[in-house]
Amino acid sequence: MMKKSNFKFFLLPLFIVVCSIVMTMAFEIEEVPETEMTSNSLSENAAPANEPFDKMMAVLTHKRCVNCHPAGDRPHQGEDSHVHNFGVQRGEDNHGVAALRCESCHQQENNNYSGVPGAPEWSVAPLSMAWEGLTRVEIAQSMMDPAKNGGRNLAEIVKHLTEHELVLWAWEPGVDAEGNPRELPPVPKDEYIKAVKDWAAAGAVIPAE
Amino acid sequence: MKISFNINGSAQTVDVDEKTPLLWVVRDLLDLKGTKFGCGKAACGACTLHVDGESVRSCSFPVKYAAGKDITTIEGLSSGDALHAVQQAWKEEIVPQCGYCQPGFMMATAAMLDKIPNPTDEDIDNNIVNICRCGTYYRMRKAIHRAAEIKNTNS
Repeated sequence: MMKKSNFKFFLLPLFIVVCSIVMTMAFEIEEVPETEMTSNSLSENAAPANEPFDKMMAVLTHKRCVNCHPAGDRPHQGEDSHVHNFGVQRGEDNHGVAALRCESCHQQENNNYSGVPGAPEWSVAPLSMAWEGLTRVEIAQSMMDPAKNGGRNLAEIVKHLTEHELVLWAWEPGVDAEGNPRELPPVPKDEYIKAVKDWAAAGAVIPAE
Repeated sequence: MKISFNINGSAQTVDVDEKTPLLWVVRDLLDLKGTKFGCGKAACGACTLHVDGESVRSCSFPVKYAAGKDITTIEGLSSGDALHAVQQAWKEEIVPQCGYCQPGFMMATAAMLDKIPNPTDEDIDNNIVNICRCGTYYRMRKAIHRAAEIKNTNS
């Protein structure tokens, strides 16, 4: 049987070693920023078969897209996706109501003096293209449904997603009224465009989740 | 950059940076002081004027987009001495308190009445979202209904 003094002699170094390991692990976790972890998960850790879909949907579920794909008649705005100020509504043509049009404030490019964002055809997405509250699979299914997507086929969907100026505005969103840059989608634009094209070329498969 | 447009019925050409807000051009270059600077971020509506008949927040409207367009400011709303229906109603209902925001409200109202000749209270709530720190909203609502009556009678 181990003597009491020997027992202490054994336990103390063991305690120090265990503490060192735990603290090292803790610091290693703290040193990796959340955004970097997210980026790694999208570009390296995702299963190869779903990587294009993962990247594409990481963008399409971002607030830069979903804010103007509301489920109701009120667009959202800002990093917290609050309901658009001033009671703004989609109106009959998705460009606002009679005397409060999107174009009353939003022009064809960002206005970095006033902080008002802008791009060609600035508008709310039609109600059939509502994405708010949907899962990424439901958004993808909706996007591929001609009855909801404006009658677009796959080639037209890819063209819209990769070439439409209003879509690509997400990577050049300008600054807000306080001069702070708006948050970018979590995937770089060129990677996103490649992901959309790769996903479509591979059959535009929507995974079951 | 030289930019030409019509403003209150007169042709104008200005030579400015194309990103200059139309409000700056109207007030500082053309000396039309009726259109007001309020917030500078298209939120309050004090700078509202018309571009091709549409109400626009001119503090957030680069002048380059005015090229070839018809601009109307509060100074051009009347036809000579004949007040616009909105101006007449504003007088009758004694709407303004400090008055600073009123040109923007009147321009927004005029644009609305061109498209909605008989606005309901809901139409007014949906379309006229400018801000008045004096809180003259109640009198403005009455004046908007009165302006619709005057405009419809005159037409």
